[in-house]
Amino acid sequence: MAKGVWIVAEHRDGALRKVSFELASTARKLADQTGDEVAAVVVGSGVEAMAAELGKYGVDKVFVADNAAFEPYTTDAHAAAVAKAVKDNDPAILLVGASVQGKDLAAALVGKLAAGLATDCTDVKIADGKFVAVRPMYAGKCFGEVVFNAAPAMASLRPNVFPIVETAKAGAVVKFDAGVDAGALKTKVVEVQKEASGKIDVAEANIIVSGGRGMKGPEGYGILEELAGVLGAAVGASRAAVDAGWRPQSDQVGQTGKVVSPNLYIACGISGAIQHLAGMSSSKYIVAINKDNEAPIFAKADYGVVDDLFKVVPALTAECKKLMA
Amino acid sequence: MNIVACVKQVPDTEAQIKVKPDGSGIDEGGIKWVMNPYDEFGVEEALKMKEKFGGDVTIVCLGPARAMETIRTALAMGADKGIHINDPALENADAYTTASALAAAIKGVPYDVILCGQRAIDDDSGQVGSVLAELLGIPQVTVVTKVDVDGQKVKVVRPIEGAQLVIESSLPAVVTVTKGLNEPRYASLPGIMKAKKKPVDVKDAAALGISADAKAKVGKFIPPPARPPGKIICADDTPEGKAAEVAKLLREEAKVI
Repeated sequence: MAKGVWIVAEHRDGALRKVSFELASTARKLADQTGDEVAAVVVGSGVEAMAAELGKYGVDKVFVADNAAFEPYTTDAHAAAVAKAVKDNDPAILLVGASVQGKDLAAALVGKLAAGLATDCTDVKIADGKFVAVRPMYAGKCFGEVVFNAAPAMASLRPNVFPIVETAKAGAVVKFDAGVDAGALKTKVVEVQKEASGKIDVAEANIIVSGGRGMKGPEGYGILEELAGVLGAAVGASRAAVDAGWRPQSDQVGQTGKVVSPNLYIACGISGAIQHLAGMSSSKYIVAINKDNEAPIFAKADYGVVDDLFKVVPALTAECKKLMA
Repeated sequence: MNIVACVKQVPDTEAQIKVKPDGSGIDEGGIKWVMNPYDEFGVEEALKMKEKFGGDVTIVCLGPARAMETIRTALAMGADKGIHINDPALENADAYTTASALAAAIKGVPYDVILCGQRAIDDDSGQVGSVLAELLGIPQVTVVTKVDVDGQKVKVVRPIEGAQLVIESSLPAVVTVTKGLNEPRYASLPGIMKAKKKPVDVKDAAALGISADAKAKVGKFIPPPARPPGKIICADDTPEGKAAEVAKLLREEAKVI
């Protein structure tokens, strides 16, 4: 019978990503309820040392597939390796990060393992002895409680939602041969084009400063960039702003963009179309700055400012700079 | 070159989603149904490939009777034929079952590239294209903003956090697409007239030889948690005063900065 709570640890440029610690901490919490072990799978090149770090967050055992063919990440190589470890060890639950890479990997694993996967979960729990995953659907217009009829029960966890908790465990390394032949891989990363360094992705940001049609044009975003710089935030945009060509598509928040849940979302000049509200209303705190006091965004905002954003935002930047100095 | 584009019919992005009182699903009353926006990018890209290389574009769609409108929309845009998988037993199909049905339907169609939207905006699952690739035993590249077919290879651009990857894959392959790839065309009036006569095969689970058993299912639908009413900041009624008040609240009450 399937047993154990597993995670797939994600890493980039030689370091574990934050979501890996969120996964480990969550897996530990679940395993303590079911009396199981937590195991992690790490697939990469030169990654054995990461095991000890995972141990700090409650991982008992770390299955390591170390091979030059695993860098950089490709779906076919990594999915084959993780599937091999899962098939050989039969875990009951498998958690993956709902990052760009994690979502890609998890979906391929569903095919390889004939499993069920709940994508982008905001809560996971054991209820009546069974694993249940809670996830937003329709970009957060409703939620679904997902139950499973196959092992492993898979869930990808939305980054930044699950707390990181330190629990010292062994993090013992178990090396395994994934049996992946580099020559047989059908996909290959031929180029990595890095964006300007320091840019925070909206999907991973703790704070998002977002602008809509009210920014009046691409040059309007300068004041949002300044506020974001002070707060360590990412700059997001509404669909209207992206469709107008003011901001890149990767910044779009909403049903046809990214669905986000930061600690703080500052909506500037965004009226609050339903597809936008769906994408950000699970943010912990929402500030809305808009001239139109009838704008639907105010119904979602914890703090609403009805005024000219071109005056309020620079003043807010100055105030935050003072407070945070 | 033969291309398959998978499409799904979903509620329009402006639709209000109401959960049924017993939590068994959503209330479909009053919903306007449209082609999943990400699938539109797939159909458009399929038509562009056809224009460049020749060949056929086949639309494959799983959904109830109303989903035929979405297939006809794709045919009106210029696709050649359709396969409609319609079976009440597949109404709550999960990603694995859906992909099994699509794979079974596609097996009888010649293809070089299969295009899927990166996710459907109803269940937001983002799995079907990937599972389809695995079931067909072909490579996959997901969530891409550029697709270039060159002989027996496809080169794509995939944005990730803070970077873009250029990935090459052998063909045939499944490519899942996202916004930024192209601007989907509107169906022309002659296109709409022609679409009515284009062939659409209707199949059920038995005809495809697949099981309708789901590996995962939504046991209960829940409305989103209501947000407590917020406050409108008045302060001294100057922009500066309001900004100072918000900053103070974020620092002292919300403790998020």
